[in-house]
Amino acid sequence: MTSIGTGYDLSASTYSPDGRIFQVEYAGKAVENSGTAIGLKVKDGVVLAVEKLVHSKLLVPDANRRIQTVDRHIGLATAGLLADGRNISNRARDEASSYRDIYRSPAPLKAIIDRLGLYVQAYTLYSSVRPFGISTILGGVDENGPSLYVVEPSGVFFGYNGAAIGKGRQLAKTELEKLKLNELSMREAVMEAARIIYLVHDDAKEKDFELEISWIGPESNYTHVHVPKDLFNEAEAQAKAALETFE
Amino acid sequence: MFRNTYDSDNTVFSPQGRLHQVEYALEAVKQGSAAVGLRSKTHAVLLALKARELASYQQKMFRIDDHVGIAIAGLTSDARVLSNFMRQQAMSSKMIFNRPVPVNRLVSAIADKAQVNTQEYGRRPYGVGFLVIGQDNSGPHLYEFSPSGNSYEYYAMSIGARSQSAKTYLEKHYESFADCSLEDLIRHGLHALRETLQQDKELNVNNTSIGIVGPASEHETAAVRQGGFRILENEAVDPFLQTMIAKDSGDAGNAPAAGSSSSAPADEDVQMSG
Amino acid sequence: MDHFPTNWGRPRHEGFDAYGTFPIHQRPTNGPKDAFKEGIERTQQPIVTGTSVLAIKYKDGIMMAADNLASYGSLARFKDISRLHAVGNNTIIGAGGDMSDFQYIQTILDDITTEEFTAQDGHSLGPAEIHEYLSQVMYARRTKMNPLWNALLVGGVKDGKKFLAYVDLLGTTYSASTLATGFGGHLAIPLLREAVEGREDTLTEEEALRIIENSMRVLFYRDARSLNKYQVAIVTEAGVKISESLKVETSWSFAEGIRGYGAQTQ
Repeated sequence: MTSIGTGYDLSASTYSPDGRIFQVEYAGKAVENSGTAIGLKVKDGVVLAVEKLVHSKLLVPDANRRIQTVDRHIGLATAGLLADGRNISNRARDEASSYRDIYRSPAPLKAIIDRLGLYVQAYTLYSSVRPFGISTILGGVDENGPSLYVVEPSGVFFGYNGAAIGKGRQLAKTELEKLKLNELSMREAVMEAARIIYLVHDDAKEKDFELEISWIGPESNYTHVHVPKDLFNEAEAQAKAALETFE
Repeated sequence: MFRNTYDSDNTVFSPQGRLHQVEYALEAVKQGSAAVGLRSKTHAVLLALKARELASYQQKMFRIDDHVGIAIAGLTSDARVLSNFMRQQAMSSKMIFNRPVPVNRLVSAIADKAQVNTQEYGRRPYGVGFLVIGQDNSGPHLYEFSPSGNSYEYYAMSIGARSQSAKTYLEKHYESFADCSLEDLIRHGLHALRETLQQDKELNVNNTSIGIVGPASEHETAAVRQGGFRILENEAVDPFLQTMIAKDSGDAGNAPAAGSSSSAPADEDVQMSG
Repeated sequence: MDHFPTNWGRPRHEGFDAYGTFPIHQRPTNGPKDAFKEGIERTQQPIVTGTSVLAIKYKDGIMMAADNLASYGSLARFKDISRLHAVGNNTIIGAGGDMSDFQYIQTILDDITTEEFTAQDGHSLGPAEIHEYLSQVMYARRTKMNPLWNALLVGGVKDGKKFLAYVDLLGTTYSASTLATGFGGHLAIPLLREAVEGREDTLTEEEALRIIENSMRVLFYRDARSLNKYQVAIVTEAGVKISESLKVETSWSFAEGIRGYGAQTQ
């Protein structure tokens, strides 16, 4: 990168002569190095899945979650610095609870993502803080049906039908584009999510990983929870099988 | 000494998206003497190596609540601040809900606190790592907390100087820990801890601390509150040291340590009071 | 400094002083005011109220009942109010006293259960924890001389243990296998004790329902702030169920024989 050593890349409050904010771009690098996370918006709900890279075999499986719950009907998956992900999810919870306090009703996703975008953007303005080293997928079902958003380290956010962040996002996006997302059932979406995570992981030839899948839809009574164990096992088995035929 | 442009401040990302100040803080943890944690279905234990401080030995373990305790490696003063915070959290859970605080939430609380110190100017990341053991409704647990603001649950883990050697031992044996008796679990812990010793040093009643949650052992003489956290020091440690199998007997069930730590040779937790 | 331009340069304000009777130094200002100059008065009484709540332990768990009435003084103002509220999957609370305070309590309990849900770590608040929390809230509020004007019953089952306890606007707590708030404390408790005590682990759901119904009937006959429409909540290991509104069957024919009642002339 040509910027390195020019001195214009040491603070989020500094523009480079060509109008870039390098600290925000570097924060993006932290995201690119992390395990992939994807989100699928289908007819009845939303499915989130992450590839959790396992750095030690001493880790307790299932215990160290990377998908967080923001409110009963909203879930969140991050890629990037894990600790920043917890900061964001705590903030999102606070926003959701403050919305409930004021309006006495569950927050629409749009309201949460709006505020979360502002929060993340504020960390790109000052030299006294660094930007968040994460991208965040926020999914949920509210009175307007299912929706799915991604917030980038710069604070921008967009709505998606299928979203992918982290190391394997390119391949994952290609796979997501092949799907007819609005025709999938929730269970089919879980199967596809597992398959895609297994596929992008295999592509990267990384160390060990653990799959994590959550959903929000009619089967979960419109609450955000990790998918039931039997469905998870089925999805994982199918993903592994698909990988073999793929090769 | 190695230096680069992007490491003087914790609010600066390197072009690779790394945070050098946080990585240096992780090094501070490796300056402290080692601590090892293991858990079975019924117990979780901590074992720590106490460095000598003039005529006495430093404190490596702290009690947080009846059901939670920690072992530290790194800056002792940072550890005191964080353990005070943990005690407050534990007390407020007791006060408000009359419930022993779930251990994972206690660990997440300090991790979230540590994350802030990696993002804001004018602070430094904490220079201490914890192993936290505790038991709650979901059984005994072992967690690692680190200055990066991450926390993980493990079957077994080690932190501090030359902890890689202990980790190698633990990785070799962890599958058997789940069904271990308390005595066997502690013996495995001592064997792992022994791997972190400098040459010609050995574990003795003065330099070894043991922390336990879970039902009492036959070797424990003091009356133990049902399953609560307790720290064994001095003579109380002796019966457990006796159970160790000499390293060269071949029966100790461990190969020579494969990995060796790259950290500095010092193994004393830094006292910031200078 | 008076920051309201409309006040500038005006010796007096038409709204207060249409005929210019004020001396200038007394003209009304929009400046800072001492809100406490007159002293403050806190809640002295409940306004819209619910009456008794009953609860008993039985074989499978806890049964709780409250009628659907919220009174405004002696006026039967709202007849379709639910005074039972589920908190999570293991707990039911029932409230007598001020209904707006009860609604506030529902929202703070929903807040903490949502928080608990979002942790997704397998831990959840049971009836004992909810009761402890409520007792802390109620006591803190009364200590500030600003009580939440309720008497609450908290019941539930968690990890195979039945729990039933009381807390009120003073922060007073106690626990028993039969509990009642309000008028029920006088009229229903003797009946409930007679029927339940010593049989907490053997009473079937049908028997418990009959005991509750009987007490609700007595309360409807005798308590002028009660209604013959009520709900029953059942908490078992399987979760919380709140019934549809039930009707108390009553017969008033005996009233004819009561002297001074109805159409009698002497």
